[in-house]
Amino acid sequence: MPEAKIGAIFDEMGLNDQECRRAYLGLRDWLNETPADILALRREEAETFFRKIGITFAVYGEGGDPERIIPFDIIPRILEAAEWRHITAGLTQRVRALNAFIADVYGAQDIVRAGLMPADQIILNDTYRHQMQGITVPNGIYTHISGIDMVRVSADEFYVLEDNVRTPSGVSYMLENREITMRLFPDLFSRHAVAPVDHYCDELLTTLSSVPPRHCDREPTVVVMTPGIYNSAYYEHSFLADQMGVELVEGPDLYVKDDIVYMRTTQGPKRVDVIYRRVDDEFLDPLAFRADTALGVAGLMNAYRAGNVNLANAVGAGIADDKSTYTFVPAMIEFYLGEKPILNNVPTFRCGEPDDLKYVLERLDELVVKETHGSGGYGMLIGPKSTKAEREMFAARIKATPDKYIAQPTLALSTCPTFVNEGIAPRHVDLRPFVLAGKDIRVVPGGLTRVALTEGSLVVNSSQGGGTKDTWVLED
Amino acid sequence: MLSRTADSLYWIARYMERAENLSRILRVTDRLSLMPKLAGTGSNEWHSTIVVSDCEEGFYEKYEEATAEHVISYLAFDPDNPSSIRSCIEAARRNARSVRTALTTEQWECLNGTWLEMSRMKESRLRGGGLHGFLDWVKERTLMFHGSTVATMLRRDSFHFMQLGTFIERGDNTARILDVKYHVLLPEHAEVGGGIDYYQWAAILRAVSGYRGYHALYNEGIKPWLVADFLIMREEMPRSLVACMGKVKECLDHLADEYGQRHESHRMAGRRYSQLRFGKVDDVFGQGLHLFLEQFIDQNNDLGAEISRSYLM
Repeated sequence: MPEAKIGAIFDEMGLNDQECRRAYLGLRDWLNETPADILALRREEAETFFRKIGITFAVYGEGGDPERIIPFDIIPRILEAAEWRHITAGLTQRVRALNAFIADVYGAQDIVRAGLMPADQIILNDTYRHQMQGITVPNGIYTHISGIDMVRVSADEFYVLEDNVRTPSGVSYMLENREITMRLFPDLFSRHAVAPVDHYCDELLTTLSSVPPRHCDREPTVVVMTPGIYNSAYYEHSFLADQMGVELVEGPDLYVKDDIVYMRTTQGPKRVDVIYRRVDDEFLDPLAFRADTALGVAGLMNAYRAGNVNLANAVGAGIADDKSTYTFVPAMIEFYLGEKPILNNVPTFRCGEPDDLKYVLERLDELVVKETHGSGGYGMLIGPKSTKAEREMFAARIKATPDKYIAQPTLALSTCPTFVNEGIAPRHVDLRPFVLAGKDIRVVPGGLTRVALTEGSLVVNSSQGGGTKDTWVLED
Repeated sequence: MLSRTADSLYWIARYMERAENLSRILRVTDRLSLMPKLAGTGSNEWHSTIVVSDCEEGFYEKYEEATAEHVISYLAFDPDNPSSIRSCIEAARRNARSVRTALTTEQWECLNGTWLEMSRMKESRLRGGGLHGFLDWVKERTLMFHGSTVATMLRRDSFHFMQLGTFIERGDNTARILDVKYHVLLPEHAEVGGGIDYYQWAAILRAVSGYRGYHALYNEGIKPWLVADFLIMREEMPRSLVACMGKVKECLDHLADEYGQRHESHRMAGRRYSQLRFGKVDDVFGQGLHLFLEQFIDQNNDLGAEISRSYLM
């Protein structure tokens, strides 16, 4: 059973100690030279820019402006080359293992035979898609685009918080944040050797083109598939399609005839080979999954099975990003790759296990409790910040369906200097790098840094008032 | 290009054109309603506006009587009316959002800005003489949108689909504006060609920004058959039926060149254009202006549907 421990808060610039950390020396000098009113002015310009180009994010069920923009903090977060090399090695390893795991789930299920994972963990999981059993996917890749959420707790300790291998979003913020930083702070930018990220969309297209379906003997036609303008990440879908120079399609733009997928164009039907779909499994094909949806394409799964189209990410990949599967990832790395994990998991209690459950219920005031299928920071209890009533409510819920919950110690997330109303102050951050897996694995040096703008808050989710930062990886 | 993208571009242009023309129809009605009324006539201008805008059914479900206040509210602001100015602007912007990258920055900013301003606007601004200010604003924004389209869009399929939308809608709307005159009855004792008749025709010309244009082309006072000639047969008048049909044909020809393929819609557009181009206004009056306009609107709808079949489905 893991142990819960709480450490001191690590600031990545060194705001809490006397010593400024090396990567931040240039930033420190620049901040010293730049008056606060200039920073405030730049922040306003940034907001106008985001509003104008229409980068918005829909937040549901809260009233107010449904197309709000995520606050952008103008102070970049900086990582050193050596730190990044370590992270990249860890991410690459992790995504290889996740792909091997998903292939195993829809194949022989060796991991179950080996006694490392209970069969129920797979078969009874809501994200398991029996329709995928026996389907072979090109190059054995199931998660082509992965967003791995990480947190840092000290100078050399990074933890993986969760793996997002269904339809991870946020990469457009990584790119637009860089764009705006270069535009607003050319002087600061030019003082650093910042590794570029703008080739992400090229890498994405290369990745998608490298995994054509079995029956495709020409340059594959790639499209991005979106649920439509009411989806919270619609801006990103349209941004990626535009940057890759491919069509952004909705379900009704596609149809399947003789197990071949076509899109309707002004010049007649055009064959589609690879679909980067940002539509959830259940909505992809009314014949195979939920029948009450107009977002999908009837017959898509048949075309997929026939090897006439490839889907990224693969149907059923979600089995690997379920929060209860997460706890098995270190074991997967050893089992499939025969390697020691480079990046560690956060110690996690599975409420489904009686010992863990007992421990969790006794320490609800110290732990973070999450729903195994939840996302976006909804349905989460942060023990130290909770009221007695909230804890009692959660205890009841956990007891009713323990399998649906995991718990983790409240980590001392690192902080970064952030420009808030009071001036420059440390705020907690996380990091979501994006890993591309096709013929080979690529990680663009950067990612999405999310920041909890409220003092002391640990919730970085944009749906809960979090902001974003540009993330710099310095070159040696 | 995806058919849906082309369809959205086509409809953005149609909705913006419709918003502009609604503002023109409201303006002409408001003017007509200010004319002296003689005994024995009901005040029928506002009812006629509802008829020519093709929304009798929806309107009378909601209101018993076509008063100025009701009609203006229904045509300008009512979210329940899918063709109100507000609904048109919302629909144009919604379509624009779904094809953002097919539009230029200027077009998007114009549409987005118009929508933002419209959604903040209170209906109360129309009262107490505010109507014309609002109608001016609508015209200004829609003209700005046309300007941004013509000035910034690459001349390729996407541009031609937008132009198609503009001119199919404009032809329809000019016919409807002209038809207002049919529905507004002359007072019982007024003569055809008399003073009131004259003011009614003049109001129509003003509504289509054609008052001065008319006088530049004809060295005569306002004559009904000449106004009809002007708005139906004259290519110089950019809102005339023949001018709209000419542009529709031209856009379809560009698409045929670009795609190397012709459809039934090309034949239909060519035929409609020739009929107008080589027709005579006497024939129009021989048939009856109202009948002619009704027929034009039907045929124009058929052509729109055929264009959809060719490219947009």
